[in-house]
Amino acid sequence: MKKHLNTLFVTMEGAYLRKDGAAVEIRHDGESKLRVPLHNLEGIACFGWDIGASASLIAACAEAGVAISFHNPHGKFMAATRGYTSGNVLLRREQYRRADHEPAAVAIAANMLAAKLSNSRQVMMRAARDHGDKSATRAFALSQAADFLAVRIGLLGRATSLDSLRGIEGDAAAAYFAAFPHLLVNHDPAIAITGRSRRPPLDPVNALLSFLYSLLMHDCRSALESCGLDPQCGFLHRDRPGRPSLALDLMEEFRSFLADRVALTLFNRRQLTATDFRTEESGAVLLKDDSRKAVLVAWQERKQDEITHPFLDETVTVGMLPQLQARLLARHLRGDLDAYPAFLSK
Amino acid sequence: MFDEDHLVAISALQHWLYCPRQCALIHVERAWEENKFTAQGRVMHERAHEGPNESRPGIRITRGLPVRSLGLGLSGQCDVVEFHTDGRVVPVEYKRGKPKAHRADEVQLCAQALCLEEMLGGAIEGGCLYYGERRRRTPVNFDHELRDLVTVTASSVRECLTTGTTPPAEYEPRRCDACSLIELCQPRSLRFRRGAAAWFQQRLRAAMATDVNADPGDS
Repeated sequence: MKKHLNTLFVTMEGAYLRKDGAAVEIRHDGESKLRVPLHNLEGIACFGWDIGASASLIAACAEAGVAISFHNPHGKFMAATRGYTSGNVLLRREQYRRADHEPAAVAIAANMLAAKLSNSRQVMMRAARDHGDKSATRAFALSQAADFLAVRIGLLGRATSLDSLRGIEGDAAAAYFAAFPHLLVNHDPAIAITGRSRRPPLDPVNALLSFLYSLLMHDCRSALESCGLDPQCGFLHRDRPGRPSLALDLMEEFRSFLADRVALTLFNRRQLTATDFRTEESGAVLLKDDSRKAVLVAWQERKQDEITHPFLDETVTVGMLPQLQARLLARHLRGDLDAYPAFLSK
Repeated sequence: MFDEDHLVAISALQHWLYCPRQCALIHVERAWEENKFTAQGRVMHERAHEGPNESRPGIRITRGLPVRSLGLGLSGQCDVVEFHTDGRVVPVEYKRGKPKAHRADEVQLCAQALCLEEMLGGAIEGGCLYYGERRRRTPVNFDHELRDLVTVTASSVRECLTTGTTPPAEYEPRRCDACSLIELCQPRSLRFRRGAAAWFQQRLRAAMATDVNADPGDS
């Protein structure tokens, strides 16, 4: 009975996590700061350069299926601890076979991308519905971009190579991010976004998106691990040592529905403003340490929202989506389903 | 004769008779989820195995005894085996609930007995199932019918494990809703077994059909 549980976020530099009975205890400067029972957790995510964990805690977490991951202070994933490789070797072999067989990989990746584009399109149409009447320019730009994505979804269904899928996705992403300013309605020029920038993020919106994507990646990676898939071997994203390509694949269908919507809400409700970010000499923009907490709270709250899963037709929390989709992917690879039913939001 | 590397777990026979797909999920897919029932069962077995081996007048009790049969290709562990001074050997298996309509528990116990027969070289006529809910023993007679069922089940399980195939799900509420693996198995989703592709395309078209002015409701 996999429950949607909490992720414990540790952002205090110098914190040390140790096992205390069946709980994790966070210590700092020789003082106990917090105790949380492990059975209430599904993950522990540490953000900082100087956060440690005891071997006995790591062992207990591996046993209890609690993922521990380490990120730099800006949210970039660095490492995760894990126990022995578990799960089904036959499943992983099938995963590798399909990844090596382009038509099979295209079939899975095309569904993932179609869901990504459809979900992005829903975010834009939702904004057009809610805010379009205030500006004709906005309504026009959003519906133009939505139409552009609809055509790209049609092209995905006819693509026969991974490279052509990547090309279509690239065009769609450029159009989506070109229209992204119209999703922001608080008119603060200091948080304007000009296209997607990642290394480094060059504006507050990109800085926030990068941080949220790193949280989403952590959840997708854990979901894949827990159902026995190899997060490093992807269908769309090419293998590269150290890159969790399948986790990046799985993320695609959730980016707009989970991360982008949280970002838009935070800016549109002015829960985050330009003062929550700082700009480095290079022009790189970073989320301030103190402001991360508001983002993490919003993220956790979003994960508690309930929806009806379109394929399973059950009420689930959005936080469970990566788990459920990873299982459906495994079921498809094992031959239970004739296609991978990627997540399509309404 | 099977070699030691190719022995099938006796517990797999029990899983198979409950549900072949559950057996494959546990022993092929290596999936395991605990629920209330499995947790109670686990605690009960831990208790059954606890404590020292003991002797009472006329009886010696061994707990957690590992057994195997190279003839049947099975291996497992007996909760309790009683060695009586009159030569009788009686395996006892502890179960959480109550006697069931299917014969999974009897097959598991009989499989243990067949292993003991091969290892000890004598005949074992019967054993006992102890059911936690009614707190008493139910005697089980190892007749030909039950022994044949063990053999047949063992070969079905072996074939499943050798080919590594997981049988399709068939949703049966009474069985499936009590199963700890229901969320991994997702038996209800398999109504789309041959239609996930069609479902996805149809759903995608429906999503494309919604436009800016339509109100598809909150997501």
